[in-house]
Amino acid sequence: MIEGIQLEFFLVLGTLVFFIGIYGFLTRKNLITMLMSAELILNAVNINFVAFNKYLYPENLEGQFFALFIIAIAATEVAVAVSIIISLYRKIKSIDVEKVNELKY
Amino acid sequence: MENFGYIVIVPFILLISFILIGLAGGRFKPSLSGIAGTFSVFVTTVISYITAFSYFSGAGLVNGVYQKIIPYNTEWLRFTDKLVINMGILLDPISVMMLVVISTVSLMVHIYSLGYMKGDSGYSRYFSFLSLFTFSMIGLVISTNIFETYIFWELVGVSSYLLIGHYYQKPSAVAASKKAFVVTRFADLGFLIGILILSNITGTFDYSILTDPNGPAIAQGSTIAFMGLSVMTWALILVFMGCAGKSAMFPLHIWLPDAMEGPTPVSALIHAATMVVAGVYLVARLFPLYALSAPAALHFIGYVGAFTSLFAAIIACTQTDIKRVLAFSTISQIGLMMLALGVSDYGGEKGLGYMSSMFHLFNHAMFKALLFLCAGSVIHAVHSNEMNGMGGLRKFMPVTHITFLVACLAIAGIPPFSGFFSKDEILVAAFEKDFVLFIVSMIIAGLTAFYMFRLYFSIFWNKNNEYKDSPHESPSSMAVPLMFLAFASLITGFIPFSKLVTADGAGFETHIHWGIAVPAVVIALAGILTAMALYKKESGLPQRITASLGSLYRLIYKKFYIDEIYLFITKKIIFNGISAPVAWFDRKVVDNTMNGIAAVTNFISVKIKSFQSGQLQQYAYVMVSGMIIIILFALYLWNK
Repeated sequence: MIEGIQLEFFLVLGTLVFFIGIYGFLTRKNLITMLMSAELILNAVNINFVAFNKYLYPENLEGQFFALFIIAIAATEVAVAVSIIISLYRKIKSIDVEKVNELKY
Repeated sequence: MENFGYIVIVPFILLISFILIGLAGGRFKPSLSGIAGTFSVFVTTVISYITAFSYFSGAGLVNGVYQKIIPYNTEWLRFTDKLVINMGILLDPISVMMLVVISTVSLMVHIYSLGYMKGDSGYSRYFSFLSLFTFSMIGLVISTNIFETYIFWELVGVSSYLLIGHYYQKPSAVAASKKAFVVTRFADLGFLIGILILSNITGTFDYSILTDPNGPAIAQGSTIAFMGLSVMTWALILVFMGCAGKSAMFPLHIWLPDAMEGPTPVSALIHAATMVVAGVYLVARLFPLYALSAPAALHFIGYVGAFTSLFAAIIACTQTDIKRVLAFSTISQIGLMMLALGVSDYGGEKGLGYMSSMFHLFNHAMFKALLFLCAGSVIHAVHSNEMNGMGGLRKFMPVTHITFLVACLAIAGIPPFSGFFSKDEILVAAFEKDFVLFIVSMIIAGLTAFYMFRLYFSIFWNKNNEYKDSPHESPSSMAVPLMFLAFASLITGFIPFSKLVTADGAGFETHIHWGIAVPAVVIALAGILTAMALYKKESGLPQRITASLGSLYRLIYKKFYIDEIYLFITKKIIFNGISAPVAWFDRKVVDNTMNGIAAVTNFISVKIKSFQSGQLQQYAYVMVSGMIIIILFALYLWNK
C-alpha cells in the first residue's frame, strides 16, 4: 500500500505496458525487438500480480511469488529465444521475422 | 486283448521327421534328409507290420469277429456338453490294412526317390513333404472320428498340392497343383456340409457310435425327408462328394491327370496308391451307415463308380503320355472299387463287395505303385513322357521290363497275379447284385487289359528307336523297390482277405468262381492279344484305325472335352456372369466411395492450406483478435 496511489493507477499502468507490448509484437519486424515486446507483456502481468497482492490480500504472498516465477521463466525464455535467433541468423543472415517463414504448409 | 499302445509312435515319428527335415534339412548334406525320411518311414513300416501281424493273428479277434480297438482317445475340442471332438487312434481291419499299404508303398517310394531325385535342388524339401504326407495319410486312416478324418483329409490335400508343385518353376506344374487343390477343396465343401448334417442328426462324430450296426445312429436313422430322399441319405451323398473329389470320381476327376506334373514317385505314392483311395476308404469306414440307413446313397456310389471307371478306361486307350495313361487307369480302378462298394450289403457273405473292394484297393496299391515307379524309371532313362518317343526298351532295361510286365498282368487280371483274385471277387459281387454293373465291369476288365498292354508294347517292344544317349537300367536304389513291389503283386492275391477284412469283422470263405473268372480272363486275354497285334511290331494299323474313327477318336483323345467344359463354365459363365459384376461393383461403387471421401478431404485441405503462411505475426494478429472477440463476447454476456 503506497500512500496517495490507488490500485487503479497500477492497473492502468499494467494495461498500458501490456498493450504497448502487444503493439510492438505485432508491428516490429526485428526478432530482438519482438522478444523485448514479449518481455513487456510479461512485466505488465507482473505489475498486476504484485499490485493485486499488495492492495487486496496483503496478508498473502502468492502474487509476489508468481511475479518471481515469471521473472525466472522470462529469463530462461530469453536465453532460449536468443539462441534460436542466433542460429537463425547463422542460417539466413537475417533476423527479420518476415523472412522466417519456413514453417508452413 | 492286446493294447497296441506302441502304435502312437507311428504318427509322431513322421511328424518329427517332417519338422526336422523341413527346418534343418537345408543345413546338412541333402542325402542326410533322404536317409532321415527313409529311416522314419522304415520304423513306421516295421511297427505297422508288427501291428498288422498281431492284430490279424488273433489280438483283434473276439468270438471270430475283428473288434475295433482304440488305444488312444483324448478330448481335443469341447464345444458344448454334447459336441466334443476327440483325437485318437482307431484300429480295425481296414485301418490296419491301410497302415500296411501306406507304410509299404511309402517306404518303397522313399527308397526309390533316393535315386530318382538325386541332384534335385529341392531334395530336402521333397523328403520333408513326403514325411508330411505319410504322416497325414496315416492320421487319416487311424482317425477315431469323422472330424479328425476331415483334418487329416485336408492335410493330405495340402501335401499333395505341395508335392505336385514340386517343380514350381514350371508353369504347368503350378497350374496343376492349383487345379488339384481347388477341385478337391470344392469337393470338401460338400464333405464338410455332410459332416455337419450327419453329426446334427446323430449327435456324434465318433465312428464307433456312427457305424455300430445296433447303435443309436443307425437305429435312429432319419425321418425327415428332403426332395424325396431322407436327410441321412443327403448327408451321406454329400460326404461322398468329398470322397469323389479325393478319389477323382466323375465329374471331379479332372485334377488327377494334371497332377502327373509332380515327380513320378509322388504320383506313385499319392496319386495311385494312397491318397486317391482315401475316398474309397472313407466310404468303407462309414459302410454300415451307408448300407443300413442309406442304401440309395450306396447305389448312387456304385453307379458313379461304374460310369467313372468305364469313362476313364476309354480315355486311357487314347492317351500318349505314359503317366496320363496310368492316371486314367488309376481313376478307372478306383471307380471299380467304388462299384464294388456300391454292390455290397452289410454282413456275412453279402459283404462280398466290401471285402473285394478293400482287397482290390490293397492289390491295386501294390501294382499301381509299381507301374508308376516303372514309368518313372523309363522316364528317367528316356527323359520324355511321350509314348511315341519310346520303343524297344526291353533290351536296355531288363529289370524295369520284367517288373512292368508283372504289374500289367496283375492289373489285367491274369492268374496268378494279385489283380485276378480281387477282380474276380468284384465281378462275383456285381453279378449277384446288379447285372448292368456286372457287364460294365466286364467291359472295363477288357479295356484295362488292352490299354495296359498297349502301353507295355509301345514302351518295351514296337520300333527300335535311336536314342541320343543310350538308355540304361536305373540304379539299384530304384530297382530294388521295383522288384519288391513286383514280388508283392505276385503274392498278395493269395492273402485270405475274406477272413480278415470284412464289413462286419467276421470272416467268411470265398472260392474262385470259375464261371465268372474264366470269361473275365478270356476277355482280358482278348484285350492283351488285340494290343499285341496292334502295338508289338511297328505298323501303320493303329494310325489307320484312329483315322477311321475320326471325330470320335478326337473326342476321346480330348478326354470328352470335360476340361474345356469346366473352363467354359468357370471362365465364361462364372467369371463373366458372377465375378465380373462383383468386380465391377467393387471397383466402381465400393472403391469410388472411399476414393470420393479422400478426394473431398484433399480438396478442402488444398483450399484452406494458405492460412498457414509461415508469417509469425499474422498468426499473432489472428490470435490477438480472437482473444479480443472472446473477451468482448464474455463481457457482453457478463453484463446482461
